[in-house]
Amino acid sequence: MTHRGSRVLHVGSLARVEGEGALHLAVDGGAVTAARLRIYEPPRFFEAFLRGRGHTEPPDITARVCGICPVAYQLSACAAVEDACGVTVDGSLAELRRLLYCGEWIESQTLHVHLLHAPDFLGRAGAVELARTHRAEVERGLRLKQAGNALVEVLGGRAIHPVNVRLGGFHRTPHPRELAPVRERLRRALDDAWGALRWVAGFDFPDAHADEDLLALAEPGRYAIAGGVPTVVPGTGAGGGGAGGGRADVRTFPVREFAAHVAEEQVPYSTALQSRLDGRRHLTGSLARYAVSGALLSPLALEAAREAGLGDPREGAVCRNPFRSILVRSVEVLYAVEEALRIIDAYEPPPRPYVEVPPRAGTGHGATEAPRGLLYHRYTLDADGTVAEASLVPPTAQNQGAIEEHLRRVAQSRLDAAGPEGADDAELTAWCERAVRNHDPCISCSAHFLDLAVDRR
Amino acid sequence: MEGREQEHRPRLAVWKLASCDGCQLTLLDCEDELLALAGRVEIAHFLEASSAPGPGPYDLSLVEGSVTTAEDAERVRHIRAVSRRLVTIGACATAGGIQALRNFADVEEFRAAVYARPEYVATLATSTPVSAHVPVDFELQGCPIDRGQLLEVLTAHLAGRKPGIPAHSVCFECKRRGTTCVTVAHGTPCLGPVTHAGCGALCPAYGRGCYGCFGPSDSPNLRALVPLLRSDGADRRDVVRLLRTFNAAAPAFAEASAEVEASAEAEASAEAGASAGGPAEAGAPAGNGDENGTEGPGEDGPRDGRSTP
Ligand code: SF4
Ligand code: SF4
Repeated sequence: MTHRGSRVLHVGSLARVEGEGALHLAVDGGAVTAARLRIYEPPRFFEAFLRGRGHTEPPDITARVCGICPVAYQLSACAAVEDACGVTVDGSLAELRRLLYCGEWIESQTLHVHLLHAPDFLGRAGAVELARTHRAEVERGLRLKQAGNALVEVLGGRAIHPVNVRLGGFHRTPHPRELAPVRERLRRALDDAWGALRWVAGFDFPDAHADEDLLALAEPGRYAIAGGVPTVVPGTGAGGGGAGGGRADVRTFPVREFAAHVAEEQVPYSTALQSRLDGRRHLTGSLARYAVSGALLSPLALEAAREAGLGDPREGAVCRNPFRSILVRSVEVLYAVEEALRIIDAYEPPPRPYVEVPPRAGTGHGATEAPRGLLYHRYTLDADGTVAEASLVPPTAQNQGAIEEHLRRVAQSRLDAAGPEGADDAELTAWCERAVRNHDPCISCSAHFLDLAVDRR
Repeated sequence: MEGREQEHRPRLAVWKLASCDGCQLTLLDCEDELLALAGRVEIAHFLEASSAPGPGPYDLSLVEGSVTTAEDAERVRHIRAVSRRLVTIGACATAGGIQALRNFADVEEFRAAVYARPEYVATLATSTPVSAHVPVDFELQGCPIDRGQLLEVLTAHLAGRKPGIPAHSVCFECKRRGTTCVTVAHGTPCLGPVTHAGCGALCPAYGRGCYGCFGPSDSPNLRALVPLLRSDGADRRDVVRLLRTFNAAAPAFAEASAEVEASAEAEASAEAGASAGGPAEAGAPAGNGDENGTEGPGEDGPRDGRSTP
């Protein structure tokens, strides 16, 4: 028998991802000839209708790009508008923002680890099916997620589209005693985070290697979350900008030059735009953060990483296997719980809940680490604060090129391993879905941004 | 026996149109109830949570998101056809959502502004609620919906009764919560008097005015509220912005914002004494049945004022 000849696999609606996407794989003989992640989430035109709005509005409006990471949108928007207006928010207000962000990391990363990603490793269709055999583990995950939600709720008013964030800080800052109940919860969550990490560390991880450039924010002295400088750990692949992507080759660029480095192009099969970093595929998100800032994790999180088999980032350990991203996410959850406790314990209410952000003409840039990776906003304001131009670059748009490449590779390696007779469509399809879910793509986000930077006609 | 019970469990489906996922995420945010709920209903179709969607028909469909493409207009008819009861969840599904701001503008211009190759992107000129396309059994408001209200809708469905969702305003919840009125105390502009209850009056509790994310209450008196907002320091542009967010196309908000905009324009052209050559292109949005701008004549009331076919 010869090969099956050419075939096309198509998954019409991807499950367990945020938003609406499909995947498309073309196989000719034993070779994958095309691999595409098609985003068909309907466009919502945020960048278009942001024009003409007031400078105080982008945090609440852009939150509605994504119900999974609204805090990321709110805080990237605040950072960009404050930059345009020449205002810096620091001290305990900045710490409170980081605390709020920890809450979103805990709930959003835990959602992915337990409800979306773990079922792949245990051959289940979803968390409800998973709970039939792993009830205690799923319940632990829900508890952990709930602790993250509780933190966002106390600071933000509610977990989805919090109401308390504003330019310059918060509408109202909490009294320390308001944080006491959530502190108790977080203390218990620390045990749950350890338990969850040990659980996922026992999963079976297929081999895979992401050779892309890794892009994440970096901050002095700590794991970057709510701000920092874009930092690139070069890839290991062809044209990887250095021998093996050693730390010596790490480069940085200012946030205000983001658009000069990360350019976007539109592909015909998608309502999202794809990005390139200095002309090459890149990856943002947990793997990139761990490569850029891993050495700055807390001693406890470093111990957790070692126990999970991720090695010691202080000795240069980097994780480039997308299947193992679930481990890095779990370490990040543990770190975020610990960091939240640290911030709460050191918290002293700021003298004012916010600093004034008077409008002025200019352009501002802001970037923060959304759970799924670097989220960049840019606004150009008129003198009265009216938004003249807006641009949002979400992580999944940046990752799309890498996701498609991983999709292609995973499919190819299954075809190679199974030989010409094996790898039936259902099996291949399941592997392709896993390759996509490894990156926790947020498709709701990716469909709603624009930049006219590159158009390859 | 368990098998028998399972056969009789009502089948739930969750669907998504143009939206942010926030409302369906609210279901996964019911951490305490989720697994118990999964025992009482069969979660037959919920792509965000499971890769094994079961075929219809379904006893209850929750629909998130608005209709913005011809494909979704078709899909919503399919959803209706396979669902015994259809409940819309959130501002997108009940009023068109933030993406209905296109109803007040030129969608071709929007598309060209966002995409270098606009021809790759299919979209309708308006974002419309599900009820503009098919009959809806119940509409749950909010951007996002409230977790407690969602559970009430599900429990009521299981018990075969009408959901107990009060239609009064945020003001009422504020008083019950004992929050000092932000308008009275601080002169903060607030949409609480015209906004549907459900959030528990969150914003005033955090010292800010309500921005109307739950959409209009049952019989909102915008005529009375607008002068109040103005006297609290909101100029006409602020009022229009306040009314045009996540429920911009809800008829009560859309009519009020169009009125304020029209009066601002009249005033501006009177002041300038110049010819009215302004670019403003106002009008109430399509709140009903208008998928592509070609159907739905013969109804009076406000129609969309966009300029594309
Ligand atoms: S109503 Fe608001 S929270 Fe719900 S899906 Fe729409 S944008 Fe998201
Ligand atoms: S007070 Fe108004 S804007 Fe705030 S959450 Fe409630 S309904 Fe939404």
